[in-house]
Amino acid sequence: MTLQTMTYLVVGATFALYIGIAIWARAGSTSEFYVAGGGVPPVLNGMATGADWMSAASFISMAGLIANMGYGGGLFLMGWTGGYVLLAMLLAPYLRKFGKFTVPQFIGDRYYSKSASIVAVLCLLAASLTYIIGQMTGVGVAFSRFLGVSNHVGVFIGMGIVFMYAVFGGMKGITYTQVAQYCVLILAYTIPAIFISMQLTGNPLPQLGLGGGFVGTDMSLLGKLDQVVMDLGFPQYTTMTRISTLNMFVYTMSLMIGTAGLPHVIMRFFTVPKVKDARASAGWALVFIAILYTTAPGVAAMARLNLHASVNKAVKMDYATDELRKAAMFAPESSIKYDERPDWMKRWEVTGLLKFEDKNGDGRIQYYNDKNPPAGAVAAGWKGSELKVNRDIMVLANPEIANLPNWVIALVAAGGLAAALSTAAGLLLAISSAISHDLFKNIFMPDMSEKSELMTGKVAMACSIVVAGYLGLNPPDFAAGTVAIAFGLAASSIFPALMMGIFNKKMNKEGAMAGMLAGIGVTMFYVFAHKGIFFIKGTSFLGMFGGKANFFMGIEPNAFGAIGALVNFAVAYVVSKITPACPAHITEMVENVRVPRGSKAVDGAAH
Amino acid sequence: MDKSGEAYWKATLTLVAQVLAVWFFVSFGCGILFADALNSMSIGGYPLGFWFAQQGSMYVFVILIFVYMHFMGKIDEKFDVHED
Repeated sequence: MTLQTMTYLVVGATFALYIGIAIWARAGSTSEFYVAGGGVPPVLNGMATGADWMSAASFISMAGLIANMGYGGGLFLMGWTGGYVLLAMLLAPYLRKFGKFTVPQFIGDRYYSKSASIVAVLCLLAASLTYIIGQMTGVGVAFSRFLGVSNHVGVFIGMGIVFMYAVFGGMKGITYTQVAQYCVLILAYTIPAIFISMQLTGNPLPQLGLGGGFVGTDMSLLGKLDQVVMDLGFPQYTTMTRISTLNMFVYTMSLMIGTAGLPHVIMRFFTVPKVKDARASAGWALVFIAILYTTAPGVAAMARLNLHASVNKAVKMDYATDELRKAAMFAPESSIKYDERPDWMKRWEVTGLLKFEDKNGDGRIQYYNDKNPPAGAVAAGWKGSELKVNRDIMVLANPEIANLPNWVIALVAAGGLAAALSTAAGLLLAISSAISHDLFKNIFMPDMSEKSELMTGKVAMACSIVVAGYLGLNPPDFAAGTVAIAFGLAASSIFPALMMGIFNKKMNKEGAMAGMLAGIGVTMFYVFAHKGIFFIKGTSFLGMFGGKANFFMGIEPNAFGAIGALVNFAVAYVVSKITPACPAHITEMVENVRVPRGSKAVDGAAH
Repeated sequence: MDKSGEAYWKATLTLVAQVLAVWFFVSFGCGILFADALNSMSIGGYPLGFWFAQQGSMYVFVILIFVYMHFMGKIDEKFDVHED
């Protein structure tokens, strides 16, 4: 069976599974549409949260970025897992006790103000939409490869499928579908990783293999990788930080608190029966997430080594001395001929995400760091790196590069689609509930019927997909980078407001609103200065700041959410001190939220 | 024993602070601030700082949530505010 047929078969089978489950668990009432009746056990809820959480950014994009960033890529790993510790301790149990089912509802009630709720809706929309742009980028990569079309066509097809998919169910459908999706995506991620780890290190567990020896030599895998990348002029893999230690610190913090402020993840913890289960769900979610996240560093390093090895025959050889090795690396016959390039390159060239340009006209592929060209490359007459590999393709291309069987490659395509679809669906649900429930039903049109509420939600979903798809055609960054910006927006607005709502009884509505607006305002300003206003190309305004990127203490825009959060906390504190105090019934309510006893089933749909 | 709401909240905050201290130490400490220094040592073939950033922190995070859950359950019972 050809690879293409196999891919259709596997992707088709998994889709049939999801749709079957969605039909079986179809949502009846509004309440079911959003929270699945509160009856999902913690382990399953954790698994579904894992699928919801691990998006195209985690599955498709992250390991590719780590492969490129080396040690510095750890910021994604720590950032996107460490947030669960915050979530489990600082938010989940209390929000569950509170017993409403959307974030704006909590903000509106806790800060006794509809305006606060509207501000929360706007922040939520900004973060969720940005997040979906990242998903659409990833969906575009997956579909373009899967159907053998250009990246843009891939994005359009993805938009259609995500829409049909999200409108279908609702939370109950989604919860059980997501359990299935988790299973598909985790198998799709770990199976090729195990194969490749076996090939390169002889150890089936990538978590251990990455620390192991490189097969056929007496070197460690990481040592070999360090040597290869440094020979080719790249920074050392195991020590290269992301811009600076400060930037890496702030970036990690931004992702962590963003995790604890993302509406579609927080919503998950409303679907468990008890406060105790909310804590457990966060724990189980992290267990399931960590399975992929601890595999990712191995995937990253091994993909990087395999990529270099597939274009330079000397990479995997063992040489007695450094001189011999370097001589072999830059020998003309070591670089493979373009005409003899492996099939996976041909397949990815179709998508436009992998490009070759024969700069020195020798018909061979030279791939190295031409910004810091090694002496050997200059001497050999290399005229610049000739291969452009989009980082977002690394995970999907990885099994092809390693020559794994067709069914594994097909499975990875299905996994990538599962990851992107499950998250996009969860996010669209958060957006649709924010617009239809928190904005229209609770504020503008209180007498809206349940039916038109559902309808409004679906229209909101459709609009979000179109906007996200359009911006996904020209994404502000790689999928994981765009998603990091979304986390920054959530980190700078929603997390501080929720946390102060629980941990600071005296925080009043003026403080919370001023904090959210200031936090997200300063973050958006910094991001837009680099990436363009609302990510539209050509509208960036770095010129105002001397045209220098990362002008604030060398911190990159993707990492700025942590600074925004600091601004949020500071502004909220100051404003709350100079405005009327929080009323007594609210402080009592906060005290009540702090103890688990007396939790009741989620309500909120009725009013 | 003081079973007031304040005492319960104080016990909760103490536990949260302890867990957060470990959370911060493994990730921001060992994974970022001291990573260079730790890289001179190794664990399972990994340079230690690199390991904390790309493996170790995550294992510790998982353990931390379950530790928190366990002790928080104890606190709930001690102050008689647990469910059911």
